[in-house]
Amino acid sequence: MSNKNKKPAAKISMKSIGRLLKFLFKDYPAALCMIGVCIVVTAVIGIMPSVYIKTITSYIVEGLSSGWSSIAGDIAATIFLMIALYIVALISSTLQSQITARVTQGFLHKMRTRMFSGMQKLPIRYFDAHTDGDIMSHYTNDIDTLRQLISQSLPNLFSAGIVITGILLIMLYYSIPLMLVVFVGIFFMVLVTKKIGGNSAKYFIRQQQSLGVVEGYIEEMIHGQKVVKVFCHEEKTQEAFDALNETLCNDATTANKYGNIFMPIIGNIGNFLYVMVAFIGGLLVTSGGTVPNLSFENLFTSGTMFGALSLPVIASYLGMVKQFTGNISQISQQINSVAMALAGAERIFTLIDQKPEEDNGDVTLVNSREENGKLLECNERTGMWAWKYPASNGYTEPEFVRVRGDVRFFDVDFGYEEGKTVLHDVSLYAEPGQKIAFVGATGAGKTTITNLINRFYDIADGKIRYDGININRIKKSDLRRSLGIVLQDVNLFTGTVMENIRYGKLDATDEECIAAAKLANAHSFITRLPDGYNTMLDGSGANLSQGQRQLLSIARAAVADPPVMILDEATSSIDTRTELLVQRGMDALMKDRTVFVIAHRLSTVRNSDAIMVLDHGHIIERGTHDDLIKQKGTYYQLYTGAFELE
Amino acid sequence: MIKHLLKSVREYKKAAILSPIFVTGEVIFECIIPLLTAKLINNLSNGCGMDTIIKYGLALIVLAICSLLLGVLSGHYSAIASSGFAKNLRRDLFEKVQQFSFANIDKISTASLVSRLTTDVTNVQVAFMMIIRIAVRSPLMLIFAVTASILVGKKLSWIFVGIIPFLMFGLFLMMKKVMPLFKSVFKKYDNLNSSIQENVKAMRVVKSFVREDFETEKFSAASNDIRKDFTRAESILAFSTPLMQLCVYASMILISYFAARLIIASGGTYLNIGSLTSMITYSMQVLMSLMMLSMIFVMITMSTASAKRIVEVLDEESTIHNPENPIMTVADGSIDFDHVNFKYSEHAEKIALEGIDLHIQSGMTVGIIGGTGSGKTTLIQLISRLYDATDGTVKVGGIDVRSYDLKVLRNAVAVVLQKNELFSGTIRENLKWGDADATDEELVRICKLAQADEFIQSFPDKYDTHIEQGGTNVSGGQKQRLCIARALLKKPKILILDDSTSAVDTKTDALIRSSFKTEIPGTTKIIIAQRISSVEDADLILVMDGGTINGMGTHEELLANNEIYQEVYYSQNKAGGDDNE
Repeated sequence: MSNKNKKPAAKISMKSIGRLLKFLFKDYPAALCMIGVCIVVTAVIGIMPSVYIKTITSYIVEGLSSGWSSIAGDIAATIFLMIALYIVALISSTLQSQITARVTQGFLHKMRTRMFSGMQKLPIRYFDAHTDGDIMSHYTNDIDTLRQLISQSLPNLFSAGIVITGILLIMLYYSIPLMLVVFVGIFFMVLVTKKIGGNSAKYFIRQQQSLGVVEGYIEEMIHGQKVVKVFCHEEKTQEAFDALNETLCNDATTANKYGNIFMPIIGNIGNFLYVMVAFIGGLLVTSGGTVPNLSFENLFTSGTMFGALSLPVIASYLGMVKQFTGNISQISQQINSVAMALAGAERIFTLIDQKPEEDNGDVTLVNSREENGKLLECNERTGMWAWKYPASNGYTEPEFVRVRGDVRFFDVDFGYEEGKTVLHDVSLYAEPGQKIAFVGATGAGKTTITNLINRFYDIADGKIRYDGININRIKKSDLRRSLGIVLQDVNLFTGTVMENIRYGKLDATDEECIAAAKLANAHSFITRLPDGYNTMLDGSGANLSQGQRQLLSIARAAVADPPVMILDEATSSIDTRTELLVQRGMDALMKDRTVFVIAHRLSTVRNSDAIMVLDHGHIIERGTHDDLIKQKGTYYQLYTGAFELE
Repeated sequence: MIKHLLKSVREYKKAAILSPIFVTGEVIFECIIPLLTAKLINNLSNGCGMDTIIKYGLALIVLAICSLLLGVLSGHYSAIASSGFAKNLRRDLFEKVQQFSFANIDKISTASLVSRLTTDVTNVQVAFMMIIRIAVRSPLMLIFAVTASILVGKKLSWIFVGIIPFLMFGLFLMMKKVMPLFKSVFKKYDNLNSSIQENVKAMRVVKSFVREDFETEKFSAASNDIRKDFTRAESILAFSTPLMQLCVYASMILISYFAARLIIASGGTYLNIGSLTSMITYSMQVLMSLMMLSMIFVMITMSTASAKRIVEVLDEESTIHNPENPIMTVADGSIDFDHVNFKYSEHAEKIALEGIDLHIQSGMTVGIIGGTGSGKTTLIQLISRLYDATDGTVKVGGIDVRSYDLKVLRNAVAVVLQKNELFSGTIRENLKWGDADATDEELVRICKLAQADEFIQSFPDKYDTHIEQGGTNVSGGQKQRLCIARALLKKPKILILDDSTSAVDTKTDALIRSSFKTEIPGTTKIIIAQRISSVEDADLILVMDGGTINGMGTHEELLANNEIYQEVYYSQNKAGGDDNE
């Protein structure tokens, strides 16, 4: 367990944020431009108050000596101008916030769907290598970090950047010496941001990782809670949990400490700056022009950059320092969320970038009908399937081969990991309509063989032919559509019983579904459910017994009506009495179909056309039940094993 | 509810109290600073000397240092307090769950428990930090700023009187509209997450039926649904920014206009330029604090939903308790059921077990056969008190199971559950759940009994092979054998196998049973099975049907007079019993 907890520190690269922005821009080009324009407008007008106050105060100073009436007009004009500007700002900020809300949610939706549809195309190997919790966190934690980034951090950073630049320009305009003072302040703020902000981001990401570890542990233990109880393992479990919880607490404390002290430090550097500006400004004013104020304002009003610093300039300067500090701390507040979004984006892209299942097949499965001894493609379901070779290599027309369900393995080797072969030299043939059974100890490779037929995994060596076609040439989706599968672990989906059966064939009518349920002998228990076929099931299927779930999954496969069926321990959880009842349905289901059966119960497989006995990835015996019994080999021993051991 | 949560603060009480105190200090200093600067500016405009400037400057710097120190301290303590609080909360929850009975877990559901321990705790943690820091800061700021601005310009305070209620009303309206929206959004999020989980778990089915596009469409529709609701909620919230700006702009214009008139009318005596600047600063502060308050309000409202869910778990009483003076030893492995009835919950219509009378002597091997849903699992779960009988008594070693210390009882009764779990860790670590002190020799010996040693030895890392979460990297049959070995290591007086060899082949199954017979003869063994061959050599076989015992006896007896048993037997031996599995 311990080695698993030490996840490598999340890589943060600017590349993923670049990609994210690219996606964002591709999805919402017009909206983003609009948002940009609105932010600029709002920000620029947002800087105005400093100019505005300076103007008003100058008027007041003037009015103090010359009386209200002399300045009333000027003040009114300024105020009306401001009102007009503010109305523009209000409109643009309303627009901006409304568009941002829509873009954010729309983009999150698009990213989620992108991840999900990408995930559907990943090979089974990916799901072998990643825990459910791991995959889930892409959709919860990682996407959440993006919300904060797009709806708040990015607009805030952009707007703060504009305001800061604008304020600096205005400061420069009014007074160069005071501007230099501000630069000293900025220097310290940048220093602090770099030091504390960097740490803060680092620890926030670490906190996120510890949280992931704790979540994983909680998930595992709560799912296994019943086992914990049976073994009285509560204390041990609690101890291990406490240790992980403590680590999380430490990381969270450090992260939040950095996060919390950031603001007061930046804010108080701002306060120092405030004092310094007042102090130096005061010096300049009291000196009465002996220490000149260099400014562009003077240049414009009197033709020279030299002049005395006026009180209104200081007043507006102080306001600007406040605003300036406010914006810097706004940026600093976003650092954590930006860092977390970076890590989140990185993880999201790792999922999106996963190589999808390779599919180079060009042979497809089509409905067909026969006309004058020739197969023709048609759109309606005829029950007669055909493989369609595309027109190529001199053929001007596509060629059709009837789907018969002939599956052959030639010297197939396979291993889940490189270098670890689990199937050796497996050769077998299943002729159309035959029932082929795999028998053998757990781990002998029975399920592996079926995983190769539907290409969940690709073989390392040898070849597999389906109706004479190399299965690598068949389009994966069409290959799988031609194979029905019933697995030991039944997965049902949230929805009604009817919807779950219909999963096998999406356009099946209610009657077809019910017929399939009857075939699988599921009809009687379904009608006893509170709402019959409309009973809602939840994903875990907690409201059904394991056996009932298996019956449903058989019905699901029956409605799909594929030419080839794979039954992997399909009846293992059904008691033998019920199995007897299902058997009739199963026999009907298997009729005229090639069927691969894996079962422990030899009674289930004895009427097979061929039985393969597997041992450590080798086929050691093959033949019919009677042949094998006559051989008196492993099968015979297995079959009579119970007696011998008594 | 809050009281209950606050119990978890414990050793972090000091930090939790210090934090708001420091925040208060910080706010006080922060508010004095603009007051002083206003004075400084006024002095400047009156043409004061250098010494006055220095005096004010120094005072201001001292104030800023104090404010800095207090700010850092409050940040420090609030981080400690909130992280610590969350830690304790998680711990208390986890501890509580450890005490839960099966019935409790069934009631709340595991998925919901997980999200309560993770997401909900995080929400409460964030809210807690806000409460001890920003929720103290904002109202204080508000009060100070309002007071200060009234002090500076009494005749202008009517502006606030007009604007503040306007802003508050606006924010209130927004909250009222948004809160229900958010609630529905969160519920939809939960559903979306569980549908992703469902999809991931069922990936093989999805791929087999080529339903990738169908699943994507389904997901996209659900995700889009969230988008719609969330957009509605966010676009309402988005109006808060312009509303806020409107108030700031309005107050700025009103203040500057009326201040200008006042200053000039009074010739600068009543109000001056310095006070105009600070008036505007204060007005900003007032509105900012209001805004913050509204944000805090949203956050806290959102987290109350989480807090409620947490308290629900903390308040949930375990349905199974240790007795007052528990019996600490289990005499032997005999089991008695006296007129036992059982229902899974009080309100359940279905009686899961009815009229069970059963007496098993210590050391017997008992087989249980019956269809799905016949009550086999329910029956054995009463023995180790995973559930309590509704009526009647269940006795182990001649004593009512409710009189035993739970730990003692469960250590004496080992159950290999039907849906068994292995945990991430090595095989050795997993096995040691049964006996933490087991030696390596002991492990190997027991694993040989459970027919697990052979395949464990075939792994490159042998007993140190890492098991993935849920045991996904071993086959079903291997997992079952490991679970049996784990249970055997407890050296129980009663061993219960609930269909625990279903994925094990018949030969191995038989080997396991024969080793039970020779190696642990004194242990009472109860075997639930589908296969007749798994139970036919038992001393006693029960045939369960619809929650009752339909028949009881040896293989031969049942074969002679129990209809269900005959049916099952012949179904497994089609040719009429001439051969066996």
